[in-house]
Amino acid sequence: MQIKTIFAGFGGQGVLMMGYSFAQAAMFEGFHVTYLPSYGVEVRGGTANCTVAVSNEEIASPVASQPDYLVVMNNPSLMSFQTRIAPGGAFFLNSSIITGRPNRSDVDIWGVPTAEIASELGNPRVQNVVMMGAYVKMTRIVSAESYLKSLKSILGTKKKAAMEINRKAFEAGFNYIE
Amino acid sequence: MKKVFSRPRSLKSTPFHYCAGCGHSIIHRVICEVIDELGIRGNTIGVPPAGCAVVAYNYFDVDMLEAPHGRGCAVATGIKRTLPDRVVFSYQGDGDLAAIGTAETFHAANRGENITVLFINNAVYGMTGGQMAPTTLLGQTSTTSPPGRNAILDGHPIRMSEILANLEGTAYIERVAVNSAQNILRAKKAVKKAFQYQIDGAGFNMIEVLSQCPTNWKMNTVDACRWVDEVMSKTFPIGVIKDTGKGRKDAD
Amino acid sequence: MSDKILIAGNWAIGEAAIRAGCRFYAGYPITPQNELTEYMAENMRRAEGGTFIQAESEIAAVNMVLGASAAGARAMTSSSSPGISLKQEGISALAADELPAVIVNMMRGGPGLGNILPSQGDYFQATRGGGHGDYRTIVLAPASVQELADLTMDAFDLADKYRNPVMILGDGMTGQMMEPVVFGKPRPRRYNEKYVLKGAGEGKSKFIRALILDALRMEEHNWKLVRKYRVVEQNEVRFETYKTGNARLIIIAYGIAARIAKGAINRLRDSGMKVGLIRPITLWPFPAQIIRDTAERIDRFLVFEMSTGQMIDDVKLALEGKGHVSFYGRPGGVVPTPAELAKAIVQEYRR
Ligand SMILES: Cc1ncc(C[n+]2csc(CCOP(=O)(O)OP(=O)(O)O)c2C)c(N)n1
Ligand code: SF4
Repeated sequence: MQIKTIFAGFGGQGVLMMGYSFAQAAMFEGFHVTYLPSYGVEVRGGTANCTVAVSNEEIASPVASQPDYLVVMNNPSLMSFQTRIAPGGAFFLNSSIITGRPNRSDVDIWGVPTAEIASELGNPRVQNVVMMGAYVKMTRIVSAESYLKSLKSILGTKKKAAMEINRKAFEAGFNYIE
Repeated sequence: MKKVFSRPRSLKSTPFHYCAGCGHSIIHRVICEVIDELGIRGNTIGVPPAGCAVVAYNYFDVDMLEAPHGRGCAVATGIKRTLPDRVVFSYQGDGDLAAIGTAETFHAANRGENITVLFINNAVYGMTGGQMAPTTLLGQTSTTSPPGRNAILDGHPIRMSEILANLEGTAYIERVAVNSAQNILRAKKAVKKAFQYQIDGAGFNMIEVLSQCPTNWKMNTVDACRWVDEVMSKTFPIGVIKDTGKGRKDAD
Repeated sequence: MSDKILIAGNWAIGEAAIRAGCRFYAGYPITPQNELTEYMAENMRRAEGGTFIQAESEIAAVNMVLGASAAGARAMTSSSSPGISLKQEGISALAADELPAVIVNMMRGGPGLGNILPSQGDYFQATRGGGHGDYRTIVLAPASVQELADLTMDAFDLADKYRNPVMILGDGMTGQMMEPVVFGKPRPRRYNEKYVLKGAGEGKSKFIRALILDALRMEEHNWKLVRKYRVVEQNEVRFETYKTGNARLIIIAYGIAARIAKGAINRLRDSGMKVGLIRPITLWPFPAQIIRDTAERIDRFLVFEMSTGQMIDDVKLALEGKGHVSFYGRPGGVVPTPAELAKAIVQEYRR
């Protein structure tokens, strides 16, 4: 098995953290994993993306020409990546700000209103983790426990309160989607 | 009716790729207005650097030759000596001009090369993502001076204009800013005077521009403009640093 | 398991270097290796006796390393293609002076300013010495972040062992991507104090120099270096073979290109095509013998590089006219997919 996911959005939406936290969770579960961020001039345009590959054997290329999953946090990212997703793959859309629908009928589409859910929790900054709740649940690549362990190691030095709100955000996203 | 914001003839219509609030965009426009006013568009050759302004040829509608990182003054020297009646300018960041290109800059100035240098001082390496520049202020944090620039470990900010002013070959050096309407006007006057000095054969001239880099300063545009006044210009005072008067009097 | 961490290639080099006892780093910003310079800015100042300097240029950086190395420090500098061109003067001097140093090149698209995407266009420069004069640099070509970490540690040992500059030749992608890494245990440094300049004290003074005006003595120095290089060639060749056993066609690729090749090979093997890989890990010394030996059984080779074709020269030299060599290349920062490469291989395979 080899699964590639692209996480994309505005810089500042925490898309690199989404990819990293997931990649680390996959590492905890003993998978081969690569994480490749966009870099350099690409970043200057204000968008960011990263590609995570997870596999039970050595990964040939960390690039995803045909990602299985696409986690998109804003409209421009949807535009630039939608044609690349593999048939039978799935979109995870931040439906709070993404107004358009992907022009693909051969894939699953999951919408998560991350802004609304995060503001119900009282912290708009955890939108990315809300999305990860939905992603982890539907893709079943890593367990919720591994993901939370990864999140904890990232927040590590910060206060307990930060982990608490992130855990809640993850659970809210996890429970939102059926 | 007179159009107030018309695009200078020598500025292409390509939209700038610079970050919002970046000084480079303002400086490009200022230079192009001056080129138009002096009527030298067809006679001017520019040398863009490696740096955020690396694709300046997408914006300036004049002939341009990209220089390797730091070598702008040497490349401009080669052009000017070959075509002495053309107006030749190099456009260089602080990393480009005052770190890797120090030797080329210093010696072009010392030879009194009759070129105009636009020296864009934004106190960081912009293009490569915010590393310490030779002009980074003491205490200023950057990705390679995470605790803040420390004089003992990292040296002091270099005042290139003052240093070059000491060389016999330099004719005119002024430091300007582009953080307010008033300063932009002064900057334009200075750039025009510099080109005029070159046309008059006065020798090496340089305009240092304090240029806001909101992205790597991690500020919004308003704060970045204020920081130029309140902090940056304390280390780099604005004004004429050297004027030999060798250019035409009406250049002022 | 618990000491396995997910880390970017550029950071892994920095961390491995510090763990291996590197205590002097000088560099100059250039994409795509800034994370390494930044890692050293952050961490070298904290390492005991560690020095980090952001040099005013790559020329200055490599010459600072020359000085630090002569003064006994394990020293490193890093850059990407255009900056490595500037370091050549210093690398030639290090080789002439027989001083150890580690130089990292995270290659990007060229020539000239080129771009900042992963590429392999600096093979000739790296393996032919690069600067002026008769000399060689040991060149290591990692294909994963784990290997970047391991080879960085090895690079310092090799540099000391042969008193020679060692280059780590990576690319923008291996530097930027993150993978799980377990840092190995560095070996204690073995470097004869007699080569270190510390001030003569009460003893006899010494000097290190590369200027040898007398032709015969200069010639002798050259032959002495060559004798050393022969030993390196005997002892230090490294390579990996992958599914070469029953192969009918052998791909030869290094670094990130070799990984892509493995992906392509696995696809082709699934559809019954017998394709294998030889991956040089040392580019100099080049694993010529294994290629020559393989040619006894298999006569078709395809060299795959992210360049217009440089290592292919070494492959042809190794084969001494045996076998048939073809080439597939994507220069300029293009990273082909395993599927694309597989197509190119099929064409060759079916011929
Ligand atoms: C030999 C070489 N070294 C390094 C680089 C990478 N590089 C590109 S631009 C630049 C400096 C950018 O800073 P600055 O000159 O201050 O201009 P800014 O981007 O801030 O306008 C560097 C180091 C290069 N292109 N060539
Ligand atoms: S990084 Fe700074 S100098 Fe470069 S375009 Fe952005 S604001 Fe301008």
